[in-house]
Amino acid sequence: MKKVSNIYTALCFLILYAPVAVMILFSFNSSDSIFSFDGFSLQWYKSILNGGEAVDTLINSLVLAALSAVISTVVGTAAAIGIFHMKHKWIKNATMQVTNIPMMNPDIVTGISMMLLFITVGTLIKANILGFGTILIAHITFSLPYVILSVMPKLRQLDPNLTEAALDLGCTPMQAFLKVELPAILPGIISGMIMAFTLSLDDFVISYFTTGASFKTFPTYIYSLVKKPFKPNIYALSSIMTVAVLVLLIISNVISARGESSGKPAKVKKQRRTRKEAQE
Amino acid sequence: MKRRSLLQRFAAAPHIAWSVLFIIIPLLFIIYYTFTDASGGFTLENLSTIASPEYLMIFLRSVMFSILATVICLLIGYPLAYRIASMKPRTQRIAIVLVMLPMWLNFLIRTYCLKILLNDQGIINTFLGNFGIEPLKLLNTSGAVIFAMVYNYLPYMILPIYTVISKMDQNLLTAAADLGCNRFQTLTKVVLPLSFSGIMSGVTMVFVPSISTFYISDAMGGRTFSLIGDTIERQFKEADNYNVGSALSLVLMILIIISMSIMNKYSDDDGGVVV
Amino acid sequence: MKRYARFILALFLPTLLLGWMTALPVSADEVTLNIYNWGEYLSYDDEECYDVLKEFEKYYEETYGRSIKINYSEFDSNESLYAKIKNGVSGYDVIIPSDYMIARLIDENLLEKLNYENIPNYQYIDDAFKGLYYDPNNEYTVPYTYGRVGIIYNSEMVDKTDVNGTWDLLWNENYRDKILQFNNSRDAFGTAMYKLKLDVNTTDESAWQQAKEELIAQKPILKSFVMDEVFGEMMNGDAAIAAYYAGDYLYMYEDNDALCFYYPEEGSNLFVDAMCVPKGCQNKEAAEIFINFMLSRDAAIANAECTYYASPNSLVYNDPEYAEYMNSIHEDAMDILYPEDFDFHGQYDKYCFKNLDRDTLNMVNGLWEDVKLSDSIGISVYVLCILVIVVIVVMVVRHTVVWKRRSKYYD
Repeated sequence: MKKVSNIYTALCFLILYAPVAVMILFSFNSSDSIFSFDGFSLQWYKSILNGGEAVDTLINSLVLAALSAVISTVVGTAAAIGIFHMKHKWIKNATMQVTNIPMMNPDIVTGISMMLLFITVGTLIKANILGFGTILIAHITFSLPYVILSVMPKLRQLDPNLTEAALDLGCTPMQAFLKVELPAILPGIISGMIMAFTLSLDDFVISYFTTGASFKTFPTYIYSLVKKPFKPNIYALSSIMTVAVLVLLIISNVISARGESSGKPAKVKKQRRTRKEAQE
Repeated sequence: MKRRSLLQRFAAAPHIAWSVLFIIIPLLFIIYYTFTDASGGFTLENLSTIASPEYLMIFLRSVMFSILATVICLLIGYPLAYRIASMKPRTQRIAIVLVMLPMWLNFLIRTYCLKILLNDQGIINTFLGNFGIEPLKLLNTSGAVIFAMVYNYLPYMILPIYTVISKMDQNLLTAAADLGCNRFQTLTKVVLPLSFSGIMSGVTMVFVPSISTFYISDAMGGRTFSLIGDTIERQFKEADNYNVGSALSLVLMILIIISMSIMNKYSDDDGGVVV
Repeated sequence: MKRYARFILALFLPTLLLGWMTALPVSADEVTLNIYNWGEYLSYDDEECYDVLKEFEKYYEETYGRSIKINYSEFDSNESLYAKIKNGVSGYDVIIPSDYMIARLIDENLLEKLNYENIPNYQYIDDAFKGLYYDPNNEYTVPYTYGRVGIIYNSEMVDKTDVNGTWDLLWNENYRDKILQFNNSRDAFGTAMYKLKLDVNTTDESAWQQAKEELIAQKPILKSFVMDEVFGEMMNGDAAIAAYYAGDYLYMYEDNDALCFYYPEEGSNLFVDAMCVPKGCQNKEAAEIFINFMLSRDAAIANAECTYYASPNSLVYNDPEYAEYMNSIHEDAMDILYPEDFDFHGQYDKYCFKNLDRDTLNMVNGLWEDVKLSDSIGISVYVLCILVIVVIVVMVVRHTVVWKRRSKYYD
C-alpha cells in the first residue's frame, strides 16, 4: 500500500515537472531551436547579461508588481479596518460582496470590462490612456480583495480589550492603532502584499486586455513571442526565475524550521499557520 | 456601541470609491454593450445571437471540458494531498514547495512546454518512435486541452485540500479506528466528509479559470474547436464585435455566479483557504 | 488631525515617489514613438543583425539632438490591428497594415495624411507601387513590402504525385491532421475562393457561402488554424502543408530545407504592406522621420534580409549583395520574390484584396464565426462528461437521502 502511494506521488511530480524539465533542458541548447536539442551551451544565459527586450519587460513587470502590491496593500489594509468597524451589517455585506467580485469573476470578464471603461474614457477625452496607468489600475483592482481577505482574519483575532487598554493608558487612537493593532495584523498585511505581488507578476489575461502601445509586461511579451519562432533565451530567463524562487522558498523554509519568522511566501505561510492553529 | 475613531470610520472610503470606479462601472459597461447594437441603440439581438445552437454548443462544451478537468484534478489531487498530509512535517513542507514551484513559472511558458512535449514531432512521440510506434495525435485534441487545464490548475486543487486535511484532528482518525473502521472506511466516513470544504474551494478554484481560459484552448486545441473564453477573446480582438462579446461575457459571468452559489450551498461558510 | 496626515503621508510618499519614478521614466525632452507591426517583420533584437530600432534611436539623437524611445509591439492579423486602432486613440505612431486594411482605415478616417517632405527617401520606391487603389493620390502610405501567398509543403511528408500546382493540396484527405489554415478571415476565405475560382472581392453572398462550405469541409482534416505559429509547425515537421506568404517560406526554408513552395495556378493573393500614421499620433514628424529612415539603404536592406519579403525599394532590389545573400538562402529566392517580367500592376488589380463595404464585411465576419464555431470534435468527451455528471448527481442524491433519514432517526 505504502509502495503504491509512493509510486503515485512520484508519478504526479514527474508529470508536474516534465514541462519544467523541458524548459531547463532547452535553455542549455547550443542552437537557437526550441524544438530540437543540438548540444549543451551556456550562450542563452550569457545573452541575458546583454539585456534585450526580454529583460526589459521583466523589469517592467517587477516594477509594476511592486507598485501595485504597495498601493493595494495600503488601500486594502485601510479598507479591511474600515469594513471591520462598519456599523451597519448590510453596508458591510454589500461592500464585501463588491470586494469579492474581481476574485469570483473570470479574469477575462474583469479584463474586458476594464478595457471597455478605459477605451470609452479615452475616446471621450480624445487621448490614449491605455498603458502603464491602466495596467496599474487593473492590477490594483484584482489584488485588493486578496489583501483585504488576508488582513480580515487577523482583525477578527485581535482582542478589542488591548486597544481599549492602550486608550485608557493615554494613547491617542492613532497611537493605539500604530502600537497595538498594526503589529498584530502585520503578518496578514505582509502575506497579502506578497500575494498581490505574485498575482500581479503572473497575470496575463487582464494585462492583455488593458495594455496599450507604450507598455509591455513580461507575460504579454511572452504571448507575442509564443506565436512565432522564439529563442531559448526566454527559457534561460525563466529557468533563472524558477531557480531563484526555489532558493528563496528553501531559505525561508530553513529559517522558519529554526523557529524564526521572516518574509515567507504567503501560500506556504498560510498552510503552516493553519496547521499550527490546529495543533494548538 | 462604542464611538468609532476617525480612522475606523473613513478607512474604507478610498476602497469603496475605487470599487465603484473600477469594478461596478466596468460591469455596467458590459451590460450596456450587451443591450445595444453597433450604433448604440437598444437591442436584444445580441442575446438572441448567442442563443443560437452554435453558441449554446460552445457553452455546453466549455462547461463539460471544465467539469471534466475539475473532476480529474480532484481525482489526482485528493490522493496526493492526502499523501502529502500524512508525511513527516519536514517532508510535507518540501512537498508543498514542490507542488507550488511550477506555479511560479509563467503559465504561457508552461503551456508552451506542454505543446513541445505533445506535438507530432514532440518529445513524447520521438521517444515512442524509438520503439517503432507511429506518432500519436496528442496535440490539438480535446484531450490535450483538458490535460493542459488539469496540469495548469492542479496545484489550486491540492493546496486547499491539503490545508484542510493537515488541520484535521488526528484523534478523530484514532477514534474511528478504535470503533472498528478499517482504513478505507476511515477515509470515506471521516476524512472525506471533514475535508469537504477544502474540496469545494479547490473545485471552485479549478472550475472558474478552466471555463474561462482562452490561451489553453488556443494553444492546445489548434483553434479547430472553440471554447467560451476564446470565443469572447475573438469578438474583442479580431471579429470586432464588442456587443456579442459583452453578451457572452455577461452570460459566462451569470453562469459562474449560479454555479458558485450552488457550490456554496453545499460547502461550509468558511470555505477552506484562499490561495 | 496633523498626526493622521503624517501617518498617511508616511505611507503614501514612498509609493508616489516610486510611481513617479517608473511612470515618468521619460524626461520632458524625450520623444517616444510607438510602432505596431506584424510579427517577425523587422530587423531588431538580434545580436547578429543590424538593429533598425537602435540605429534609428542613435540616428535621431545625432541629427535632432533629442533622445527618442521606441516602443515596438506586434500584431498577428490585420483584423486584430483594426480592433486596436478603430477608436482613434490607440497611441500608436506608425503602423504597417496590408492594402485592404489601409483602404478601410482611410475610409473610416483613421489615418493621418503624410507630409512627404519629411520622407525624401520616398523617391526610391518603385513607381509601380505608387498610386495603387488603396491610396490613389499617394497621401497616406509608404509601401514597406509586398508579396504573394503560396503553398508550402514538406517534401519528406508529401507525395510528389499529390503536388499538382493547385489549391487542392490544402484539401487533400491523405494529409489529415497535417494541414494548416490561416487564422484570419480574409486570407482563409481567400484560399477557398481562389480554389473555387470565385472573385475574392465580390459582394455576392452566395459566393461567400460557397467558400464557407468549402472551409467547413476542410476543417476535419486541419491540424490547426495558425498565423505565425506556422513557423514552428512547418520548420519542425509537425505539419506538412500550409498556405503562407512567400517571404516567410524562405525564413522556414533556411531552417528546414525539405520545405518546398509554389504559387497555385488558380491564383493567390498579392499584397502590399505599407507604413502609415494613424489618427491620434503623438508625434507625427518623428513618425515620418522614422518612415524615412526605414527607406534608407542600410535599414531597408537589413529588413529585407531579415524578413525575406520582397521590397519595393529600388535601393534594395537593385543591390547585388542583397541578391547574392538571398540566393545563398535559397537558390531560387530572387525568382520566388521577384519573378522575371512580372507585370505588377496588371497582376495586382487581378489578385489583391480590396476593402469590402460594411454590410459585406459584417456578413463575412459572421460566416467566419460560423467556420470557427462549426464542430469537429468527437462525441466521446460529451459521453464521458455526462457519465461524470450522472455519478455526481447520484452521489449528491444518495448523500441527501442518507442525511435526511439520519436526521429523522435522531428526531
